[in-house]
Amino acid sequence: MEVLAQPAFEVDEKGYYGRFGGAYIPEMLYPNVEELRQQYLHIIADSGFEQEFRYLLRDYVGRPTPLYFAGRLSDKYHTNIYLKREDLCHTGAHKVNNTIGQILVAKRLGKQRIVAETGAGQHGVATATVCALMGLECIVYMGKLDIERQKPNVERMKMLGAKVVAATCGSQTLKDATNEAMRHWINNPTDTHYIIGSVVGPHPYPDMVARFQSVISEEIRQQLTEKIGRPNPDYVVACVGGGSNAAGAFYHFLNETDVKLVAIEAGGQGVTSGHSAATTALGKPGVLHGSRTILMQTEDGQVTEPYSISAGLDYPGIGPLHAHLYDSGRGIFASITDDEALQAGLELSRLEGIIPALETAHALAYLGRLNATPEEVVVVNLSGRGDKDLATYSKSLDL
Amino acid sequence: MSNRIVRLFAEKNKNLLNVYFTAGYPKLGDTVTILQALEEAGADLVEIGMPYSDPVADGPVIQQSNDQALENGMSLRILFNQLENIRATVKLPVLLMGYLNPVVQYGVENFVKKCSETGIDGVILPDLPLQEYLDDYHEIFRKHNLLNIFLITPQTSEARIRQIDSVSEGFIYMVSSASVTGSSGAIGSTQEDYFRRIEAMQLQNPTLIGFGISGNASFARACRYANGAIIGSAFIRVLQHSSDLRPDIHRFVGGVKGITTK
Ligand SMILES: Cc1ncc(COP(=O)(O)O)c(C=O)c1O
Repeated sequence: MEVLAQPAFEVDEKGYYGRFGGAYIPEMLYPNVEELRQQYLHIIADSGFEQEFRYLLRDYVGRPTPLYFAGRLSDKYHTNIYLKREDLCHTGAHKVNNTIGQILVAKRLGKQRIVAETGAGQHGVATATVCALMGLECIVYMGKLDIERQKPNVERMKMLGAKVVAATCGSQTLKDATNEAMRHWINNPTDTHYIIGSVVGPHPYPDMVARFQSVISEEIRQQLTEKIGRPNPDYVVACVGGGSNAAGAFYHFLNETDVKLVAIEAGGQGVTSGHSAATTALGKPGVLHGSRTILMQTEDGQVTEPYSISAGLDYPGIGPLHAHLYDSGRGIFASITDDEALQAGLELSRLEGIIPALETAHALAYLGRLNATPEEVVVVNLSGRGDKDLATYSKSLDL
Repeated sequence: MSNRIVRLFAEKNKNLLNVYFTAGYPKLGDTVTILQALEEAGADLVEIGMPYSDPVADGPVIQQSNDQALENGMSLRILFNQLENIRATVKLPVLLMGYLNPVVQYGVENFVKKCSETGIDGVILPDLPLQEYLDDYHEIFRKHNLLNIFLITPQTSEARIRQIDSVSEGFIYMVSSASVTGSSGAIGSTQEDYFRRIEAMQLQNPTLIGFGISGNASFARACRYANGAIIGSAFIRVLQHSSDLRPDIHRFVGGVKGITTK
């Protein structure tokens, strides 16, 4: 049951990672979140749960996902690059690891309906998928802007039987979809479970989601041992929207201090352009969506509307675990602009025949700045595939 | 020196009307005008909303008023400036209601001090958890004679209601149903069962019922089970459509209380 092991960067009993985390929720949500807090560890420690989770990850999601040695990419950057192929998961991204786990939790809590938020639509699709699988009703809130820019995923959700509701407030992106999903949960407290799509939200969500995603680093360690004779790479690189794919890729390396953990945020049009989602570069401590974290905000504490070409990274905060990794210096944080990400997406397509999600392309773009040596080993978490982004790629790259 | 909220409930414990409005809405400079008009019109206490970009416990009407107020330029600094001299004219207990992040950025201790200097009597911060309040905030609030008002809902367990009652002062805010603000659902038998259940608990604090109270009928109904009720979205809607604030506020408050005006 390594998936359930606790790292030293574990959440404490009050729900904090260092000074970040907690459960800053209105009283209306208290009974639901408290029920989940009291039960999640028991539920996921149960052997029946573990079996069902493992079975579905293997036979339904298609795990383990390959750890692929990217030869041509490695040549280009003069180092050894392995791609953790989360893009090959059923539904096309890592998001499904979490939705499988949470739907099993929801069933054990006796919930009949699922609500979720989505940015890129990958989490929405992964949620709609597991709801279809389990026969539960599914409602997905999605920013109106994201509905336009991630159309294929909207159509997939509908095909799967989910109801997609446009969030029309604020910047009409992920933050606003999250607000609406929380309001929906307030309005439907007893029969509904909220499947949050990243390591954000009130405790215990960040910890629960990180545990479900930790299968990524569990597999990386086994696969690296087989391939190079040791479990630890020198670097693990992942993009961070809320931070779930990064949390999963980092999880079993958190205490392995020889492994550098590199988290890539969306720089948008540039960190100082006023159109960015580079949370650690631009944010400071604050409270959003139930946790104390690092947050892009005005001097008055109003949440800033972020910007990124990538809907999945277009969020003004990061999960509290990542805020703690940043704060403690354990994580290396950097940002990549829209243009750099687009180029990196094109590069991976042409060098390796893999079209990455725009989110993932941000992590790939950092390879040019990493300066890894020819002896070193770099794992990039290939969090998702790029089919949903083809319209954006084609238009922006003039293909 | 006792708190105005505590004094109010000592003097009057029935049919209390608490009205919520968003600071800086409809126009930036309307805050004090609305406050004074509410006092003249017969409100018993007032909640001034500190606008926030992401009010997750609020429905569309209050969201929209928050957005508009922010667009008008409202901030905590400006709000405190506007309220600086209110105690020269306004006798009512006044509460500030809003979300935690702007308060944290202002600095909790600064905020509490400023409230106390301005003559603010209480604060409602729905996303400030009970335990965090007790651990980190309670001493500061007490030092400055500022009350923190807690919410309970139909889903709040009896044990937690008892705990909230034991640490509350002023009143307890009873959220009428499982919903964000501004839901149109009238008070039905489910709500009344819940109101009776709370009434039977004989809490040491007075209670005010809020969320979904929109006019005379729902106000009167809520007042049967609690010491009074709170109106928010319905009042914001009046402000939204008002071309002359004072008479419209008088008419609305009179209507809720069942007093007809000429
Ligand atoms: C492919 C892919 N990668 C990354 C992300 C960002 O989310 P997180 O930071 O939680 O992994 C998303 C979000 O939609 C995504 O679809």
